Amino acid sequence: MLILHCPHCGAEAAETDLTPGGQAHLRREGPGASDEAFEAYLFQRDNPKGVHFERWRHAYGCGKWFIAARATDTMEVFGTYPAQTSAPPRELLDRIAERRPDWRGRGEA
Amino acid sequence: MSVRLKTGGRLIDRSQPRSFRFNGRVLRGYKGDTLASALLASGQTLLGRSFKYHRPRGLVGSGVEEPNGLVALGTGDQLEPNQRTTTTELREGMELRSQNHWPSLGFDIGALNSLAPRLFPAGFYYKTFTWPRSFWKHVYEPIIRRSAGLGPAPDAEARDPDSYEHFHAFVDVLVIGGGLAGLEAARVAGASGARVLLIEQTAHWGGRAAKDEQIVNGSPVDNLVEEIRAELSAMGNVQCRSRTMGVGVYDHGLVLAVENLAENASINDAARQRLWKIRAGQVIVATGALERPLSFAGNDVPGVMLASAIRDYLIDFGVSPGDRTVVVTNNDSAYRTAIALKTHGLDVPAILDARAGGGGALAQEARALGIRVEAGRGIARVLGGRAVRGVAICAQAGEGVVQEEIACDAVAMSGGWSPVVHLWSHCGGKLRWDDAAAAFGPDVDKAPLGADGAPFVSAAGTANGVWGLGAVLADSARVGAEVAARLRREGAAPRSVEIDAPEEAPMEPVWLMPQGAGPKLRAKAFLDFQNDVKVSDVQLAAQEGFASVEHAKRYTTLGMATDQGKLSNINGLAILSDALGQPIPQTGTTTFRPPYAPLTLGVIAGEAHGSLFQPVRETPMQAWHEARGAYCEPVGQWRRPYCYPVGEESHEDAVRREVRAVREGVGMLDASTLGKILVQGPDAGRFLDMLYTGRISTLAIGKCRYGLMCSENGFLMDDGVVARLGPESFLVHTTTGGADHIHAHMEDWLQTEWWDWQVYTANLTEQYAQIVVAGPKARDVLEALGGMDVSEARLPFMTWAEGALGGFDARVFRISFSGELSFEIAVPAGQGQALWDAILKAGADHAITPYGTEALHVLRAERGFIMIGDETDGTVIPQDLGLDWAIARKKDDYIGKRAQARAHMVDPERWTLVGLQTIDGTVLPDGAYAVDAGENENGQRNVQGRVTSSYFSPTLGRGIALGLVRRGPERMGEVLEFPRIGGASAMARIVSPVFYDPEAEATDG
Amino acid sequence: MDKAGEMWRFDGALARVSRMAGMGMLTLRGDLATEAIGGAVSAAVGLAVPQTRRIGFGPQGAVAWMSPDELLLLVPGADRAARQEAMRPPLEGRHHLLADVSDARAVFTVEGPACRDVLAKIMPVDLDPRAFGPGQILRSRAGQVAAAIWMEREERITLLCFRSVAGYMGELLKTSAGESGDPAYFRPEAG
Repeated sequence: MLILHCPHCGAEAAETDLTPGGQAHLRREGPGASDEAFEAYLFQRDNPKGVHFERWRHAYGCGKWFIAARATDTMEVFGTYPAQTSAPPRELLDRIAERRPDWRGRGEA
Repeated sequence: MSVRLKTGGRLIDRSQPRSFRFNGRVLRGYKGDTLASALLASGQTLLGRSFKYHRPRGLVGSGVEEPNGLVALGTGDQLEPNQRTTTTELREGMELRSQNHWPSLGFDIGALNSLAPRLFPAGFYYKTFTWPRSFWKHVYEPIIRRSAGLGPAPDAEARDPDSYEHFHAFVDVLVIGGGLAGLEAARVAGASGARVLLIEQTAHWGGRAAKDEQIVNGSPVDNLVEEIRAELSAMGNVQCRSRTMGVGVYDHGLVLAVENLAENASINDAARQRLWKIRAGQVIVATGALERPLSFAGNDVPGVMLASAIRDYLIDFGVSPGDRTVVVTNNDSAYRTAIALKTHGLDVPAILDARAGGGGALAQEARALGIRVEAGRGIARVLGGRAVRGVAICAQAGEGVVQEEIACDAVAMSGGWSPVVHLWSHCGGKLRWDDAAAAFGPDVDKAPLGADGAPFVSAAGTANGVWGLGAVLADSARVGAEVAARLRREGAAPRSVEIDAPEEAPMEPVWLMPQGAGPKLRAKAFLDFQNDVKVSDVQLAAQEGFASVEHAKRYTTLGMATDQGKLSNINGLAILSDALGQPIPQTGTTTFRPPYAPLTLGVIAGEAHGSLFQPVRETPMQAWHEARGAYCEPVGQWRRPYCYPVGEESHEDAVRREVRAVREGVGMLDASTLGKILVQGPDAGRFLDMLYTGRISTLAIGKCRYGLMCSENGFLMDDGVVARLGPESFLVHTTTGGADHIHAHMEDWLQTEWWDWQVYTANLTEQYAQIVVAGPKARDVLEALGGMDVSEARLPFMTWAEGALGGFDARVFRISFSGELSFEIAVPAGQGQALWDAILKAGADHAITPYGTEALHVLRAERGFIMIGDETDGTVIPQDLGLDWAIARKKDDYIGKRAQARAHMVDPERWTLVGLQTIDGTVLPDGAYAVDAGENENGQRNVQGRVTSSYFSPTLGRGIALGLVRRGPERMGEVLEFPRIGGASAMARIVSPVFYDPEAEATDG
Repeated sequence: MDKAGEMWRFDGALARVSRMAGMGMLTLRGDLATEAIGGAVSAAVGLAVPQTRRIGFGPQGAVAWMSPDELLLLVPGADRAARQEAMRPPLEGRHHLLADVSDARAVFTVEGPACRDVLAKIMPVDLDPRAFGPGQILRSRAGQVAAAIWMEREERITLLCFRSVAGYMGELLKTSAGESGDPAYFRPEAG
């Protein structure tokens, strides 16, 4: 039962107030995309044991989407940030690197 | 024979007697008794039968660890099987029945199982019921069903009349366990100003310490308990709850606890139990320890009990479990029981101490009281069947040669103590093996981690593997201060205590008594009393290769009874380790999972039963529908009228009447449940062009357009009519089921993909009541209402207008889902009923007929309109449904466009929408498959299509259906075979899906 | 908002529950930092744009923060058309969304010293006075449906939910306030 800090309204939101949205920072592929690129966008998801970036919506609260960086094995939450970005904030990546020195970054872990 | 002593019992109030019934017999106890103490005080040592062998069973323990003392409690609607007598407080008039025996507790036919235990070895179920296969259905299953479970299940029609509730608490520190460790930890943490909640499973504070008659600072330990309680009460930031058991610790500090209210309540209509959902920053587990049994032959005979339990019954309840009690132990704590018995005037013929060196100061004290103490001795076997008659004693170091028989009627055993690490372990806390205590305790370096990656659970006192009151208090104060520091606060200083505690000799692990016991003795030495698992079973499991503790557990059922192995686990895995020739830590433990003790389904449900089981959404006209006798069907959380039967009319007839009314006259429908989402902003048109397959941005103000929404997978997920309200403003209608998730879908794309687009949305579904008036006479009805011009010239098909209609401020849409002339009228929800009444009145001359969802379905199917959820199922794309006309192919992009170009999506073999008309005019079964030649690899008929909607059409007087068929539209006129379940196949011809009015003339009235 | 009328009232053992009628509610979406939104709020209820998760009260009405780009204005039901008109000039030409949602919502009040206990049974939120008090608004769930609550003053909590589940919410609040137990968590002296 997660608690995630909503970066939009500041609430410490319980999992029951949230809806999950799967892996974050996917780049949308549309018409013109190759079959391979489109398949990767639509179906190929990371499933790491460890650091993961996920989309969550504060559905029962302020209604806004945000992204949480979380360790799937320990439930440690490294931070949350608004979904209106295509990459995690630098200071969050630094924090993750400090907490998880072995982590090799998104898409490589 | 157990009996109530004339004096004593610190928890009972002898001035308040309570009577209750056990197997119909009236027995008496006192306020403060548990069911167990009251039964024991009444001489009831035999309480039930074990699960497998139906062996006689009496009390072993005095608390939550008890495996045997389970009864069926209450009667009728309030019957609850398997209630633990040791943790249930006695109330006046309780009805108890013993379980798992037939025909009676004293004489049980099932006990014959016990005569041939070799027929039921470890893994019996797995070995027996697999063969022969034909025996399963008619032999094994009926036997298993008859003998499964301990207590009787309540009647299937019984309804629990009690009420339950939940409570959400948010605290900085939760302390679980109200013994001295928990009290002291709460005191130290509470002094920091943090919000602290302390919970205790029993009705009493202070835990075991008070029973061990220790002296702290020169006075009884009870005084210390009261002192700390008073300090806690004075702190406004600390709350204490007794009768509240912590049952589970979960991620990010969630803890579930169950509070028993009934025992405390003076009124019966109040909630019986309360489920606490606690979010704690830090959790302190101060859950103490449980005593372990010893494994000797006959250790399951009623009268053989934990030494601590005997002490509890004696000191707490003034109950003597027997006149002559032999004590057998491997540690010093059991000497306290012998001394207590002796000082209460009871006989202790011998203390058998398995340790060659015997005990410490307490052994001296026992000898001084005249008790015979034998070191290096143990029990070879217990004499007696339904009650203890005596014990045969032997050398612990030997193989069980009997040296002497001692007559007694009770045995107090102690195999050492195991810290209660369950709650520490639930959320990932690891354990370490403590050689000195021969027990697992918390590994403080591997604590459960919270959201910040730091530990959030700490164990304090005995639960932390710390023994002795002085050490426990010091450890608890340390933990309290440490937890406060984690919260960046400062806890209180530890209290200074002087404890007058006797020197104890170290315990010595004894996993089998005597250590060289042969097969006969091992086959009577029980580990799990409820599930009848013996030392020999675990050894057999190891011998057969079940080397993993998790496998051995499941193979033998050790620890799988309702007590979840609180007494048996450590003893069992010690035996397993020995059989495998490896140290215990290498074997490890099974996983501790919540709940710590069983909780009722009622308390899990809380208030969510009866009318609050699930929210039911109501339209503004719901009360009218119900008063009119509408038969409603669930549509999401709505209850929409399916039809409105008149008098004795069948639903079928009502639907036919309603359909005909719309085709021939006029009908009205409550369409308020349809989704209505306002989409507004400079980029609204551009956004809707991405959302819909068609082009919305070119829609003129005042016009309506039908649109399709797909997922990024290309699959059709919703449809509806969009109305353009202004240059930057659109009203999107969704299906009833789509309102919430389409709004969420819009916000998802707007917030996470196109966040630079200037669009706001608002879900206005519930702001409006919407009423459909449909049929050739629809315009007449609106004109009778009076007001705005609804003529063909002013309000042509697929337009909308605002104005006063019958005195209402209305927005009228000229759209049709029935194929008839149709208007949808929206007004603020608060005026919905008044408008409904006005339309009914205005339409009276035309016999306006309210119609329900089934008529709506028939009407749309006759017209060949698809329905989301019928023609679609998450695998269907618009092209499958012949809806290419609603796709703007020239658009660069829309959600789902790329997916619809994937190879499988453009496959000409896809199943595509057609009409299906049975040769004999009957109605096809909904969902039926059209079979094809040949069989698949599973030997099933190949299929080439299926029915998606099927109705009797009152308009055509025959069955009609829509279906998806391979290359369907190319195969007009072909006849397909649809097998029916248990009958002859139906034959149906492929036809156009538009059965009625293919030229769409009726829409114009 | 005391001017709004009661549809019904239930005096439970723990608290009084009332369903209110006649409250005008306007949703306003836009960039809350702009003068346009500030001007519209001021024109509607004479108040400033509230801070995150706050609600402001004044003689003309109230304004609640609902999300980073959404406010809820509470006005007397009879005035809602006039108030919307008053808001239009400052919003003119600015990207925004203004909608009357008075009929889409149901409003309840829970009054009495135990009002926090009544709500804490059914809402998974921290109602401790340290976390929630007058001037704050919380959005979460009550039972199985979405709800927002705020306090105008101590011992009175107002709850907002969708109209279609008003029947469910009424039953839920009555059950919590009347027919079950008293947790006495926020009033330990009552336990």
